[in-house]
Amino acid sequence: MSDQVTNIVVAGLGGQGVLKASDIIAEVAFAAGLDVKKAEVHGMSQRGGSVTSDVRFGQGVLSPMVPAGQADYLVVLDETQVENNKAVLKPEGELLTIALINPSNLKNKRTINVAMLGALSKRFDIDEKLWTDTIKANLPQRLHEVNMEAFALGRQVG
Amino acid sequence: MTRMLLSGNEAVAQAALDSGVNLGAGYPGTPSTEILEHFSAIGGAAQWSPNEKVALEVGIGAAFGGAKALVTMKHVGLNVAADPLFTVAYTGVSGSLVIISADDPGMASSQNEQDNRNYAKAAGVPMLEPSDSQQAYDYLALALQLSHQWQIPIILRVTTRICHSKGIVNTADTKLSPSECNFQRDIPGRVMVPAYARPAHRRLREKLNKIAQWNEETEINEIIPGGKELGIITSGISYVHAREAAPEASFLKLSMTYPLPLNKIRQFADSVQRCVVIDEGDPYLVDAIRAAGICVEGKADLYRFGELNVERVKRILANDTTAEPAPPKGKPPQLCQGCPHRHVFEVLSAKKCIVAGDIGCYTLGVLPPFEAMDTCVCMGASISVGLGLRHTLPEDQARRVVSVIGDSTFVHSGITGIVDMVYNRPKTGHVVLILDNSTTAMTGLQEHPGTGRLLNHEPAYQLDFAAMLTAMGVDNVHVLDAGKESDNFEQILTDSLACDQTTVIIARRPCILAAKKIREYQTKQENAC
Ligand SMILES: Cc1ncc(C[n+]2csc(CCOP(=O)(O)OP(=O)(O)O)c2C)c(N)n1
Ligand code: SF4
Repeated sequence: MSDQVTNIVVAGLGGQGVLKASDIIAEVAFAAGLDVKKAEVHGMSQRGGSVTSDVRFGQGVLSPMVPAGQADYLVVLDETQVENNKAVLKPEGELLTIALINPSNLKNKRTINVAMLGALSKRFDIDEKLWTDTIKANLPQRLHEVNMEAFALGRQVG
Repeated sequence: MTRMLLSGNEAVAQAALDSGVNLGAGYPGTPSTEILEHFSAIGGAAQWSPNEKVALEVGIGAAFGGAKALVTMKHVGLNVAADPLFTVAYTGVSGSLVIISADDPGMASSQNEQDNRNYAKAAGVPMLEPSDSQQAYDYLALALQLSHQWQIPIILRVTTRICHSKGIVNTADTKLSPSECNFQRDIPGRVMVPAYARPAHRRLREKLNKIAQWNEETEINEIIPGGKELGIITSGISYVHAREAAPEASFLKLSMTYPLPLNKIRQFADSVQRCVVIDEGDPYLVDAIRAAGICVEGKADLYRFGELNVERVKRILANDTTAEPAPPKGKPPQLCQGCPHRHVFEVLSAKKCIVAGDIGCYTLGVLPPFEAMDTCVCMGASISVGLGLRHTLPEDQARRVVSVIGDSTFVHSGITGIVDMVYNRPKTGHVVLILDNSTTAMTGLQEHPGTGRLLNHEPAYQLDFAAMLTAMGVDNVHVLDAGKESDNFEQILTDSLACDQTTVIIARRPCILAAKKIREYQTKQENAC
């Protein structure tokens, strides 16, 4: 079954939007009609500790956690969190870090998670509108524009 | 039918709404907290009680009156609620009573990793274990139904990975209404004096025998046929890990794990060449199955610690007992910059106090740079452990003992400690610090009786700590902001430690994450007036 399941791990520090990003990925897969599971470890994330979240989608997802060495994509929102998480990647898996994004092109630094979703979204054959609609549904109206720009930037560089 | 993407906690809440639960009561605790928050958000009647014992008793009362009651807590909460649990098993209920026990194998956010499946057996309370969000939804509805049918409380046991994982849920088409409640007098059934409790215990065992019979037949204990070489018996989240680890095996997935369907288990074990039981946590299933004389394999001791996952199940099946790869080392949590608890720990650290600590964000005062905590056992223990130290240590040490407790924890189980302090007064007196940050921060900013707001943040009566402590007979009660009045705080602490009196210092300043929300609730309230 693992061939039919895409495994994504999002990692970062508390407050960087890791859980929001993984929620959006899971909701996009859900809206695309796929089976999906999402797991997270967020014990006490509000205090700046490490946060990771796993999203798995495809046909018939069983465990909600991505097994070590099975991730197709590792999306990292903080450079300090690459080392401790990279064992989760498959040998041919892809690491996406914020080095992809030039921060001076981001109007609001806090949209880095959505910019990374832009880059990630290029890897799937899922309608772009599903992504943008889901992102909007997860954010208050006043943040829509700046996040749409961040998403578009991510799609360009990704 | 609606297709939804829900966490296990949201699924339980949605099922509670769709099944017409009259009342949800609980006390916050990771990973259970979001159940009542979500139930309230989607329109259910939910309340935070001061602690789990009170919550369960409120649920019992509601269910005696015919209501469908839901009571939620984390695993250690059931220790606090164990007293009513064991006896409500005897009395049974008229409506429905479902208790959520949210266990935390691996201790993502807990002080121990007790396996509450043991409580089901010890108390004689049937237990259901879902494996994903869909089953969390289905089994809550089923638990309410079985509770009413058998007139018995039911435990729905979930774990961190069920509670906090999202998955797809198809909801039921028929939505039920809350029950019409009506008190029916039943003195021998409800008043557990020995003369009535003796037959009640017999009735409980008869019910459990019947439920065990039902459990032999029900389809919720599912057999998934596969190869004959390997059969796996498992429950809860371990089931999905095991299916992924051994797709070729045959499975018996147990959904009601107390009382066990031992005949079904025996037949399954006989039908395969090798039968392995995969238990996360304690060897609960394997011990019970072996005690029934059924020949099965269990897991090596090293897999008793921490949660299971696909790799660990593969290792168990391969009898691999070599050392496991170390889990990735993340950045540990710390008190937020600007957290009001910081000031207090700076002073306690500088004064070299012996700190009897408690559970909450402030437990992080144990970490550098403060290292200002010497004990932490369970909620409320700071005050009573501090008293034990005061009573027995040599005087120079006893005088340095301070108990430190958060505001939510104080209401949960600190008040009785204060009663002990004024009653069994230590010779050197005692000093208690209540760190009142106007919220239950640790579990995600919940209200409690001291905040003056209900679970849904609507206004409520606010418990006045200072007036209560004075009325209880504490010699000195101070209320201050330890950050803004740091000199004053240090002076009062120094003086209190030096004298033989009982002192409570309430260090009051909102948690920085809560402060913004509190302002929002207040504005909303003012606008509504
Ligand atoms: C019996 C029990 N119930 C619930 C919990 C979960 N829990 C840990 S600390 C805590 C309360 C923390 O609130 P507070 O004392 O106000 O301290 P804060 O986190 O706000 O600093 C809770 C609910 C627990 N550990 N034990
Ligand atoms: S969440 Fe609040 S109480 Fe907890 S560490 Fe942060 S500021 Fe302090």
